[in-house]
Formats: sequence, C-alpha cells, structure tokens
Amino acid sequence: MDKQIRMKAENVDFYYGKTHALKKINMDIYANQVTAIIGPSGCGKSTFIRLLNRMNELIPHSIFSGRVFLDCNNIFSPVVDPVEIRRRIGMVFQKPNPFPKSIFENIAYGLQVNGIKDKSFIEHKVVESLKKAALWAEVEKRLHASALALSGGQQQRLCIARALAVEPEVILFDEPCASLDPISTAKIEELILELKKSYTIVIVTHNMQQAARVSDYTAFFLLGELIEFDKTQNIFTAPKDKRTEAYITGRFG
Amino acid sequence: MERYFDEELAGLKNDILRMGGLVENAIIDSVDGLKRLSIPAAEKVIVMDKAIDEFELKIDETCLDLLALRQPVALDLRFITMAMKISTDLERMADLAVDIAQRVLELAGQPLLKPLEDIPALTELSQQMIRDVLDAFVKEDVALAKSVILRDTEADALRDAVQSELINEYISKNTSTIPRAVPLLLIARHLERICDHATNIAEDIIYMVEAKVVKHHSEKLRDEH
Repeated sequence: MDKQIRMKAENVDFYYGKTHALKKINMDIYANQVTAIIGPSGCGKSTFIRLLNRMNELIPHSIFSGRVFLDCNNIFSPVVDPVEIRRRIGMVFQKPNPFPKSIFENIAYGLQVNGIKDKSFIEHKVVESLKKAALWAEVEKRLHASALALSGGQQQRLCIARALAVEPEVILFDEPCASLDPISTAKIEELILELKKSYTIVIVTHNMQQAARVSDYTAFFLLGELIEFDKTQNIFTAPKDKRTEAYITGRFG
Repeated sequence: MERYFDEELAGLKNDILRMGGLVENAIIDSVDGLKRLSIPAAEKVIVMDKAIDEFELKIDETCLDLLALRQPVALDLRFITMAMKISTDLERMADLAVDIAQRVLELAGQPLLKPLEDIPALTELSQQMIRDVLDAFVKEDVALAKSVILRDTEADALRDAVQSELINEYISKNTSTIPRAVPLLLIARHLERICDHATNIAEDIIYMVEAKVVKHHSEKLRDEH
C-alpha cells in the first residue's frame, strides 16, 4: 500500500448518548481511490462517513474523540472552520436533495455562499460541474427549469454537480444509489469511476456488489468496529476475517 | 453507455493473445529444434515455458477478480469463464511443446531415423490451427472456429500415418531402431494433442459468442459442413 494517504482516522470513538457507535477506528483513505464502507445496518458506517466532514457535530448528545486528518491537518482542531472543511470534503446523500430552485441556481448557490459574485465565473462553473457530473447533455437546454422536474437519477447527478462546483478534494457518498433504478445506478457508478481521477472518494453502501464494482479499497464495519480493511480485490476474493467472509457471502447471523 | 469494465475485458483479451503468441512460438521452436536436432533450440523452449506459466496464473487471477468484483452476466460472463478455460488449454499446449523439446534432446547427437515428412505437415497444421483459433477469438468469428474443429480429423490422420509407418516399416522390422523411432512417435502424438487443445479453444469460442455447446458433438458440425 504505497498510495498517497489523503485522509486518516486515528483512534476515533463516537457515542450517541450511551450507545458506543464507533470503537477505536483507525483507517487510511487513499488519494484518488474509491474507498467503500460496507457492513450491516447499525454497524457505524454512516456515522463514520459523517465524521469525515464533521457532520456529526450537528447531532445532539453525541461524544466524539480521536483525530481525523485531511492531509496533515486535524479537521477537528478548534482553529479549523467546519464550513471550509465541508467545502473541501463534499457530501452526496442517499436521497437526492436538490433545492426547490432551478438547475442553474442549485449549482450557483454553493459558489454564492462561498462569496463568489462574478457572474461569468459562476456560469462557467455551472457548465463545468454539469459536464463533470455527466448531466450536461441532458439539461443544457433547460438550465432554468426546476431541479425538481428531473428524474431521481438526474437529481442525484445534479447533487454531485453541486458538490463539485465548490472544488472539493474529497467526495463522500452516503448510499448514493439507494433510491435509484439499475440504469441510473450504473450511470452513477460509471461517474464515480470517472471522478476518482480528480477526487478522493468514500462511499457507504448497503450493496456489496456495488462496493465490489466501484471501489479500490473496502472497509468492513461490524457493531462499531472496523473488522477488516484491504484492497477490494482481496476482500471479495480472499477476506482474512471469518466475519467478513460470512457477511459478504450472505451467511451472516 | 461506455463502461470501465470494457477496458478490463480488453486487457484480459490482450493477455490471452499475448500468451497465445508465446505458445505459438514455443511450438515453432520445438519443431525447429527437431528439424535441426538442435539442443539450444530445445532448451530455449523449456526455459520459455516459465513465462507462459506466469501468464496462466495472471489470467486466472484476473478472471477470478472480475467474477468477484464485476458480477458479470451473459456475454461478459461467458467471455470471462471461457478465458479461464482457454488459458488452461494454452498452458497445456506449451507443456506439449516442452515435451517435444525433451524428445529432441533424446534424439540429438544421432542421425534422424528417416527424413521427416508427415511430422512437418502435422506441425504446419497445428500452427495454422493455433493461429486461426486465436484469430477467431479476437474477431469472435464462429465460422473460423468451426473450421478449426473440422481440421482435427486431419491431425488424427497424420498422427496415425506417422505411427503406422514407424511401427510397420521400422520398429517391427528392426528393434534396434526403437530408441530413434519412439521419440518421433511421441512427437507426432504431442502435436496431435496440441491440435486437440486448439479444438477445445475453438469450442469455447463458439460457446462464448453464441452460447451454443458444441463440445462432444463435433459430428454435428461436420454434418452442417
């Protein structure tokens, strides 16, 4: 594993009230690779991915300890601005959540929030982001139509375009295809493979086959513990831990 | 829709072709060694076999990864599973070239029992069959694959001709010819086995392209012809 490390979780513990949701997680996330996080419901995978851009801070009665690095900087350091962290580490959610605005405004919004006023720059960024998200050809003639008129798969690609517009370094995907049909899912997967050339990607998925198809590294979580982390190829052909084997072959429980 | 998976499949196809090229050369070199009774030529075949073995392992590993990671179906599934079988056949062909090279080492240092006639014809046939079967694989050409299968009987006939000549004209008349006759007899058999493997590959190609099983039913192909 001589790949460059982009993010690093070090001794991460997380509690929801008294529930110990993550237990001493140590994990590296490699640059320009897709890292998948798999595991049964309640294993901590969504909790973990939300920590990676400090989304956990929005959860009441939660306790976090440990360190999470982006390059060499601890993102939980008190001097770090969480808004800036969430710009550098974007997130795409399970259900497409476009704003009830036009396609154009959905993408321009993030730029405006970040203080950008130059109209031609914003226009340029909107087009570029839509192209990168493989949505441009489908929407170029109706940029000012409502984003809510798009199909679920298109809305999800719009959310990806919105994340790309603010030039993140890492993109977190939390079950991005859970509400999509197989063709839209295949498009998102191809897009993820394209995006990893320019971004570092972490994806949480219930769908093990999806993890196998899109990721380079896979982490298997169970009851808040990181059971196994390895190249996806190794996880799906010769996992080292019996629990990983049982889970991926469907013999679990 | 373009798929990244297609690039992986193209890489696999390329590996099969490169392995096939090495096997073709191994057979050419082994028979070249026989024609000139050349020890270095025979030894080269034995050394080169390692590279072919490595290709087989690499192809098998790629196929296993693709099965596990891409969950292929239909044509993709047939292509990957047949690629595994084809690499096994190619590796066996290379082993047979090594067997021929070992026979050459046994024969070297003494004059050939008789001028070679049917063995070069059998060699020519086996090379043509390999070339065509690899071509059929690249082009997914079922007609060409069928023509390879149909040529297998010619290989059998040439092997039989070599055998009966050596047994009837030499071994049964003069037992002192046995040390020089048996290696030739075995070489004819090795070459014919190489043609059998080319035939297996051709059958796999037909299954890959058309999802039709022609294995163990070659008489049907002959009737169609």
